[in-house]
Amino acid sequence: MTVAVDFKNVDIVFGADQAGSLALIDGGATRAEILEKTGNVLGCAGASLTVHEGEISVLMGLSGSGKSTLLRAVNRLNVVSRGQVLVKDGDGTVDVVTCDEVTLRRLRQKQVAMVFQQFGLLPWRTVEENVGLGLELAGVPEAERKERVQRQLKLVNLDPWSKKYAHELSGGMQQRVGLARAFATEAPILLMDEPFSALDPLIRTKLQDELLQLQAELKKTIIFVSHDLEEALKIGTHITIMEGGRIVQTGAPEDIVLRPANDYVRDFIANVNPLSVLTAWNVMRDRRDLEESTDGWVWLDRRKTTRFKIDEHGLVAAAERDGKPAVWVSCTDIEAQPEETAQVFWAAPGTSLKTVMMAMHRSQTAPVALFDDQSRFVGAIGVRDVLSAVLRR
Amino acid sequence: MDPISKFLVAYKIPIGPWGKAFFGFLTDNFDTVFRTFSNSLNFLLDGIVDGLLLLPPVLLIALIALLAYFLQRSKGLAVAVFLGLLFILNQNLWKQTVETLVLVVAAAAASMAIGVPLGIWAAHKPKVYRIMLPVLDLMQTLPTFVYLIPVLTLFGLGNAPGLIVTIIFVIPTSVRLTHLGVTSVPKSIVEAGEAFGATKRQLLWKVELPSALPTIMAGLTQSIMLSLSMVVFAALIGAGGLGTEINRALGSRRIDLGLEAGLAIVVLAIVLDRMTRIGVGGKK
Repeated sequence: MTVAVDFKNVDIVFGADQAGSLALIDGGATRAEILEKTGNVLGCAGASLTVHEGEISVLMGLSGSGKSTLLRAVNRLNVVSRGQVLVKDGDGTVDVVTCDEVTLRRLRQKQVAMVFQQFGLLPWRTVEENVGLGLELAGVPEAERKERVQRQLKLVNLDPWSKKYAHELSGGMQQRVGLARAFATEAPILLMDEPFSALDPLIRTKLQDELLQLQAELKKTIIFVSHDLEEALKIGTHITIMEGGRIVQTGAPEDIVLRPANDYVRDFIANVNPLSVLTAWNVMRDRRDLEESTDGWVWLDRRKTTRFKIDEHGLVAAAERDGKPAVWVSCTDIEAQPEETAQVFWAAPGTSLKTVMMAMHRSQTAPVALFDDQSRFVGAIGVRDVLSAVLRR
Repeated sequence: MDPISKFLVAYKIPIGPWGKAFFGFLTDNFDTVFRTFSNSLNFLLDGIVDGLLLLPPVLLIALIALLAYFLQRSKGLAVAVFLGLLFILNQNLWKQTVETLVLVVAAAAASMAIGVPLGIWAAHKPKVYRIMLPVLDLMQTLPTFVYLIPVLTLFGLGNAPGLIVTIIFVIPTSVRLTHLGVTSVPKSIVEAGEAFGATKRQLLWKVELPSALPTIMAGLTQSIMLSLSMVVFAALIGAGGLGTEINRALGSRRIDLGLEAGLAIVVLAIVLDRMTRIGVGGKK
C-alpha cells in the first residue's frame, strides 16, 4: 500500500522559545512543565504516524490532546517545530515542513483538502460559490468550475440549494457544503477537523453514514479528528489515541478496544459498547485450538454439543448437534431462518459480534462457526468466547 | 513659586517656535508646490460645483433620487431624498448645498481612498497599528482650529484647504473601522481560504475584504457624517457652502438664516447617510 501521509517525529510548539522547548521535549517533559519553564505551549511531541492511501485514520483524544494540532500540520496551518510531514504529491512526496510557498499552495489546491468544525463557509457567497472556492483559488476556468461544482452538489444532494446563501442553511446542510467544497478540488487527501462535532446527534449519524458511502466510492485518504470514540470506531479504519500532545496508541478499532495500551485508553473505551466494534474474527477460537473428536471431527464448543466433520480442503462435510445430524446456515439472513434445533449458524470474519450473539440466541446457545471467503472452516465461537469479549476479560 | 516650578517655567520647551519654524521652512521652500496643489484642487472643486450648477436644480435632485434608488433599491428612500432636497431648494440654499455636497463627497472619497489601505496595512501588521494609533488619536483630538492655522498658511484660502482639514479630521475613522473590520474576520474563514491555497492577495480580495465590507461601509457613512460636521469649520478658511451661511448667521446674529442653513445640513446628512448605509431597503 502506498503511503499518503507520513508524520516523522513531529514536534509542534507554540511560542517564542522553540529551542528551549524542544530541549525539554527531548528530556521527556510534560506539557505543564514546558509551559512553566518556557511559557510556550506544547502542541504535540514526537508524533510518528503513517497513513496509507484509502485509509480513514482517526486522531482521537480529549480536547487539548494535540489531535487537531497534528492534523493541521499536514497543510501547514500549524507550523512544525521539528520533524517531517511527508505528503504524497503525484509520484513523489513533499515535506510540508520545509517546502516553499509555491509548492505548499499547490498541495493545498490540488492534493490536500480540508473540512472544518465550524464549517468555514463564506456567508456572503451562495452554496455553489462556496463549493467552487478551491477551484477558483486554483485558477480553474469558470466553465469547468461550474461543471465540477454541479457534479459535487449532486453528489451530496445539495443541487436544489445551490443558489441559497450559506447562512440560510441548517448546520448539517452547511457541513455538506463544506464536504462538497473539499471534494470539488478532487484532492486525494482529506483533512477533517471534528467535522461533525458541531451537529446534533441525529444529523451527525446521518453525515457519518454519508461520508462512509462517499468514501466507498471515492476512496480518498482521510485523516479525521474526533473526540467521540463511537464516531472513531464507526468510521475509522485506523485509530490513533493522543494524550497531552503525544501519541499513546495506534491500531485498528478492535485493537484499541481489545488491547488498550494504558489506563488512559482504557478509560476512553470504558463506555464503548463492544458489540458495535467487535467482529466474529476478534472473538473466535482458531480451528487449531479446538478439541479434536474422532476421525476428522472437531468439537466447536467446550461443552461438546456440536461438531463438524472437515474434509481435506478445509470444507465442512457434515455437522452434528446433540448427536443428531444438522445443517449449517449463514447467520447473515438469520431472521429468515425457521427456528429449529438441527441447525448450526456460520459467520464470516467481518460479521459483527451482535449478529453472532443473535445467532446463538436463535439456536439455543449453540456455537457459531466461522468460514472464510472460500467457505473453509477457520474457527468457532462459543458462549464463553462471547462473554469474555463483552466483559473484556 | 517653588524652585522646581520656577526652573521648569524658565526652561520652557519651545514646541511652538519649533512648529512655527517648521511651517516657516515649508512655506519658504515649497510655497509654489503647496500653492500649485491648492490652486489646481480649487480649480477642480470649483469646476465640479459649476458643472453641477449648470443643471436645472430639479433635474439634479431627480438624478440624486434616482441614484438613491439604484444604491438601495428602495422607492421610499428615493421619494424621501427627492422631497428632502426639494425642501433645500425651497429654502433657496441650493448653490451652497451643492458646494457642501461636493466638498463632503470629495473629502469622504479621499479619506476612504487613503484610510482603507492604511487600515488594511495596520490590520495585517500589529506593529504598524501600534505606531499609527497615537497619530490617529492626535488627528482626532487636536482641536480643529489648531490645524486650521498651518493649513491656511500653506494652502491659502478656498475650498482646497477646507477639503484638506476635513480629510485630516476624517481619515482616522476610516482607518480605525477598516482595521476593525479586517481584524474581526472570523479565523475559521481565513483558515478555510488558506487551507484551499489562497495567495495573500486572494485572501485579501476574496475573504478579508468581503467579510469586512459592512464595517468598511460603516466607515464610509461615518466619514460622510464627520465631513459634514467639519463644513462650518472649513468655511472659516474660505470653503464655500452651507458653512459660510452659518458663519454669516453667527456673525450677524440672524436666527432665521442659521436655522435654514442648519436644517439644510441636517437634511443633507440624513440623505447621505441613508444612501450609503448597508441594509437600507431590501438589499442584504
